[in-house]
Amino acid sequence: MSRSGNLALAYRLRWKRRRLLFRALRKRRQLRPVQDRTAQIAPGDILLASTMRNEIIRLPHFLDHHRKLGIGHFLIVDNDSDDGTQGYLARQPDVSLWSTRHSYRLSRFGVDWLTWLQIRHAHDHWCLTLDADEIFVYPHHDTRPLQALVSWLEQNRCRSFGALMLDMYPKGRLSDQAYQPGDDPFAILGWFDGGNYMIQRQPKLDNLWIQGGVRARRFFADDPRRAPTLSKTPLVKWNRRYAYVSSTHSLLPVRLNHVYDDQGGEKMSGVLLHTKFLPMVIEKSNEEKKRGEHFANNALYDGYYDDLAGNPDLWCEASTRLINWRQLEAMGLMSKGNWV
Amino acid sequence: MRTGIVMLVHTAFDRAEQLARHWAASGCPLVIHVDCRVPDTEYTAFVTALSDLPEVRFSKRFCCEWGTWGLVAATQSAAQVMLDSYEDVRHVYLASGSCLPLRPVQELLDYLDARPQTDFIESATTADVPWTIGGLDSERFTMRFPFSWRKRRKLFDKYVALQRRLGFKRKIPDGIDPHMGSQWWCLTRATLSAILQDPNRQVYDKYFSKVWIPDESYFQTLARKYSNKIESRSLTLSKFDYQGKPHVFYDDHLQLLRRSDCFVARKIWPRAQALYDAFLTDQAHAMSRTEPNPGKIDHIFATAVNRRTHGRPGLYMQSRFPIEDKINSLTCAPYSVLEGFGDLFEDFETWLSKATGARIHGHLFARQRAEFADGKTVISGALCDSAKLRDYNPTAFLASLIWNTRGERQCFQFGPRDRQKISWPMAKDPNAHISVITGAWAVPLFLSGRDFDDIRGVAARHQLAEIKHMEILQSSWSKARLRVWTLADFIKAPMEPLQAIINEISLKDSTVVTEVPKMADLTGFGDFLQKLKNQGMHPYMMGDFPMPGDPADTPQPKRKTYQVK
Repeated sequence: MSRSGNLALAYRLRWKRRRLLFRALRKRRQLRPVQDRTAQIAPGDILLASTMRNEIIRLPHFLDHHRKLGIGHFLIVDNDSDDGTQGYLARQPDVSLWSTRHSYRLSRFGVDWLTWLQIRHAHDHWCLTLDADEIFVYPHHDTRPLQALVSWLEQNRCRSFGALMLDMYPKGRLSDQAYQPGDDPFAILGWFDGGNYMIQRQPKLDNLWIQGGVRARRFFADDPRRAPTLSKTPLVKWNRRYAYVSSTHSLLPVRLNHVYDDQGGEKMSGVLLHTKFLPMVIEKSNEEKKRGEHFANNALYDGYYDDLAGNPDLWCEASTRLINWRQLEAMGLMSKGNWV
Repeated sequence: MRTGIVMLVHTAFDRAEQLARHWAASGCPLVIHVDCRVPDTEYTAFVTALSDLPEVRFSKRFCCEWGTWGLVAATQSAAQVMLDSYEDVRHVYLASGSCLPLRPVQELLDYLDARPQTDFIESATTADVPWTIGGLDSERFTMRFPFSWRKRRKLFDKYVALQRRLGFKRKIPDGIDPHMGSQWWCLTRATLSAILQDPNRQVYDKYFSKVWIPDESYFQTLARKYSNKIESRSLTLSKFDYQGKPHVFYDDHLQLLRRSDCFVARKIWPRAQALYDAFLTDQAHAMSRTEPNPGKIDHIFATAVNRRTHGRPGLYMQSRFPIEDKINSLTCAPYSVLEGFGDLFEDFETWLSKATGARIHGHLFARQRAEFADGKTVISGALCDSAKLRDYNPTAFLASLIWNTRGERQCFQFGPRDRQKISWPMAKDPNAHISVITGAWAVPLFLSGRDFDDIRGVAARHQLAEIKHMEILQSSWSKARLRVWTLADFIKAPMEPLQAIINEISLKDSTVVTEVPKMADLTGFGDFLQKLKNQGMHPYMMGDFPMPGDPADTPQPKRKTYQVK
């Protein structure tokens, strides 16, 4: 692109970012504080921000895993749950909770709400933005807490950290599995697709667009363009002027999307283990289809929901069994870069 | 005689205090320098916390920004305090607040006692070692660096470029020969006081204050002038990454650090509780009195730097996606592409797989589906045979296939009937070993017995596709290893090429072909080609086929067993 073209794009993106921030500002009225413990947030605390709905089954493990990694405080928006999620969250000592009954889709899938909370509370903190069905892992996560990761990132002047969303699935039909809240979900969801990912660079936001995995293989083989995006930038040293653009796939300013090395080397990166396919997914996807809150043009995804409702077996003989992060690193699904 | 510790501290004061007590417990006097940027309250609290130790002194505070003179000034003044306050100190060990003694301090003291005259300081000339950060080696001694490398990188780079263009050079003072090395040293009183009392010290100080990263060159250079006995190595294990930043050690490095046999290591993460517990409190593990041997763990750091700067070739992922001209090869390992063989020989894949023991795929880029070996619909890495998924990103498909099957040679068929988008990526990939029999696509047409008008159209399409494909393979950008025969040439002497392909594919070195694949019956093929010509479609990719009636148009040798020895 020409120099003037670059400048024009930069200018447009600057305004886009301001628009997104303004949107978040307007949407703040949709949030009602349920339990505000943000006074507990200490400087240097690592925060986790999330929007969720009816996640009572996933929550115990989700909170437990990320607490162990070293999350200092959770900022959570509850979108009209009716399964006790709200009460459960309100009882947690390190959770600040807001609730809203407004549209998830119109809030850009919860991002507007979170952007507001991040403006308010995450400025100058490292902030991990996740869905309730994403479990964050990174190289050495079993021996080094998040504080070690973020201080290493700061020493290396990185403000953002990339991850691949890895869809985990069971062997056998989805609803034939048994899961109790608090269990390790990967005892059931022990399998993943090891090497069928497709990457394109998106010049506008300078991010990578990764698709593939089991959902592309099973549900979108006839229309791969629609296969879900798996690239994410969940961990960011937040500034109140930042804004996620679409889910946590990309954000502004553009430089934060450059979580990859384009000269041949490997930067460090992690994986979001996706627990979407726990047994309750069948019921949930029926509801999601009805609500039409999860995709921008929902009708195109009816087939996907129908396939899911059919209780499929996603496992195939070439599936890989999850062992640990070292395995993911060796397979090239994440990288430790030069973090010895 | 004793060993004194000069400790530079700028953060993590609780750990610094713990270390000071550890050194002091073994009878080492300490002089501590605290960075001037530390707030006074924190400084005072630190001083108070250590006030019960009689042999701890604090030296004048300087601002120690990385790569600037402040670090040297701080060291100088602290060393002076050490030499003045403790007459019985014979060695001075320079350490930091994030250093950690790995072996009992007594072992270090004994080691130094046994070498009373030796200075341990890494010191090498820039001409001889490739330690360059930011592209500078000897120039760090001959240029000026008024701008911070960390904070004002662009200005720094521009100013360096300007000086290069103008040919600017500072004069190196007489009597010194610039050396550099690790910042962490252990010098004898004799050497250190000679450096500090040098009659030319003002000249040297003035010169080095404008050198880039003087803490890696001031003492390293001047020690060369005065020392009687230099051991050019640091007693502190300190590893740097490719940007000159120190590697940090965590709890899980415990065994690694023990294995190094080094006396002291840096930099330790302040919250690495297990390391502090193990090395500061547990003296029982005292190791055999071996020489420090950081070399034992070097490869781990070398591998890490290599992974960060070069990565794993053929891998594409969320944190490695090289732009096209930064990759040498698309894929991670060599693979074979066979074009035309499947058309000419019956059941070629089975034969080849038997002859080589390798996994031989069919047409991976066929229009209907990716024809994986053994009719599989999904193979390693859950790569599936859907044509749409494959065609959505054929490059990713090929790179993934080769990556997923690392350690097992891949081989597949290709031809003008297949999707052609992969031609360019394959041609530019030096790992692609492509063998082509041009024009062989006509054989199945010839054998099909279809309506001739149909055949004519199909033949024209195939020939066009093959011409384009061959242009790409033979273009100047092509890096693939290429072998091409025309059909006519190939059938005259098929054994040699087949043997070559088998040698290329099979893991065993000397597989000798004993059984030939069955070649299609080409009787009348010349006629067929002539008929195409008569229809105005000139098939020329097959080479010079004998005309019908030509005496050379004898049936090709078939089903004859060749023995190639």
